[in-house]
Amino acid sequence: MATRKGKTIFLEKKPRIIANAAAVGKKEGEGPLGKEFDLVFSDDKLGLPSWEKAESELLKRAVEKALLNAATEKNEVDAIFSGDLLDQCIGSSFGLRSLKIPVCGLYGACSTMALSLCTASLAIETGGFDCCVAATCSHFCSAEKQFRYPLEYGGQRTPTAQWTVTGAGAAVLKNSKKSASPYIDKIHLGTICDLGITDANNMGAAMAPAAKKTITDFLCDTGTSPSDYDMILTGDLGKVGSDLLKELMLREEGIDLSSVHNDCGLLIFDREAQDVHAGGSGCGCSASVLCSYILNRFRNGFFKKVLFVATGALMSPVSSLQGESIPGIAHAVLIKSDNN
Amino acid sequence: MSVSKDEYSNLAKRFSPGSPVFVDCVKAFAVGGLICSFAELLTFLFSKTSMTLEEVKALVLVIVIAITAILTGFGVFDKIAKHAGAGTAVPITGFANSIVSPAMEFHSEGLILGTAANMFKLAGPVIVFGCGSAVLYGLIVFVFKLY
Repeated sequence: MATRKGKTIFLEKKPRIIANAAAVGKKEGEGPLGKEFDLVFSDDKLGLPSWEKAESELLKRAVEKALLNAATEKNEVDAIFSGDLLDQCIGSSFGLRSLKIPVCGLYGACSTMALSLCTASLAIETGGFDCCVAATCSHFCSAEKQFRYPLEYGGQRTPTAQWTVTGAGAAVLKNSKKSASPYIDKIHLGTICDLGITDANNMGAAMAPAAKKTITDFLCDTGTSPSDYDMILTGDLGKVGSDLLKELMLREEGIDLSSVHNDCGLLIFDREAQDVHAGGSGCGCSASVLCSYILNRFRNGFFKKVLFVATGALMSPVSSLQGESIPGIAHAVLIKSDNN
Repeated sequence: MSVSKDEYSNLAKRFSPGSPVFVDCVKAFAVGGLICSFAELLTFLFSKTSMTLEEVKALVLVIVIAITAILTGFGVFDKIAKHAGAGTAVPITGFANSIVSPAMEFHSEGLILGTAANMFKLAGPVIVFGCGSAVLYGLIVFVFKLY
């Protein structure tokens, strides 16, 4: 059985990530990680009539590609844990409806990839599930439509604004002792933190305190320090949120993260050349970076221990209009590998 | 967490770069000025015809709105507006763009409940407050017999 210390769950079965895949849009394909992704679509609509349909298709393609990489048939998958940013999670439910695999829909805003890995790991830990898929997607255009302005509206973005990634990531988790694949060692569900940030164009600042809390709690529960990790990877704090996280960690806890910290929102785009202001965001950001660049580096032995901390801003357009501040959350997953 | 909301608010402000206000203003002034000069040029040219000034004004507005709508449709307007800011938002170009862009965006939800229902999503407040202030102005003029 898994054990718990503080807020961290020490897994016993340690599910293996036997395969992964990422599918992204044109802009992401042109970014620094372009060659890492399994599928890059030059048409952000994927030939479909709406952005929402395109987002669902992106997720489906990522899941199918991950299953192909895992040499696993659909009927061998016990459940898919999946989420996205759209109302009622239609990105996931419509993307997965043709696959005929049991689905658990999740909402964790941009933290969804870590949340889906946590829930899929727990499902396997129960012994009732053997093979699960953790998947997450977002689409720039559908997110803009739902959370901000129409695409062709002539507005200006602030320097703190981030660019929602058009991308999907899927990881196939299996209860297996033999595989040389990376495995999920520990999981940590985050606590909601809200320090009163109300600016929906500064989500990095809204999420940084949650990331700080999760990382601090995780290090405390496991009795480790940042130097024990190859990388502490946050989801989509971007430039502003990453700087704030490092400042908060140093100021409040005396922990210096600068040598091991990186952020998916900073990795996926060239901020200056691609004009994405503070960096990438959206739950597809951490999903596509983890399910390509990061996990691929586990497979070639470059990484052995990465703490993946996906961050989410749990607000809605309604809560923002009602003047509510933005609650942040960060879930953590410790990924390890035995490769030498 | 020991940092208070006020302390964090200050810290977040310190780490959040502000908009380049001076450059934005210069660009807005230049583009807004160009749009208005273009409209003035049209007015000047049309006034040479047999049209009355009222007709000329209406025609110039229609032309500027049509150009904006076409540029919005081809996905060019937002790329200009990104730099111009208030320079494209304040003239009638901003109003036209705020109607055409949601009309395009919500086309996937159908002509009536998509395009038509959402067309004034952004421009609606302008119409509401425009009509509201017109009523107020009318009342003041009427009460004080200024007309």
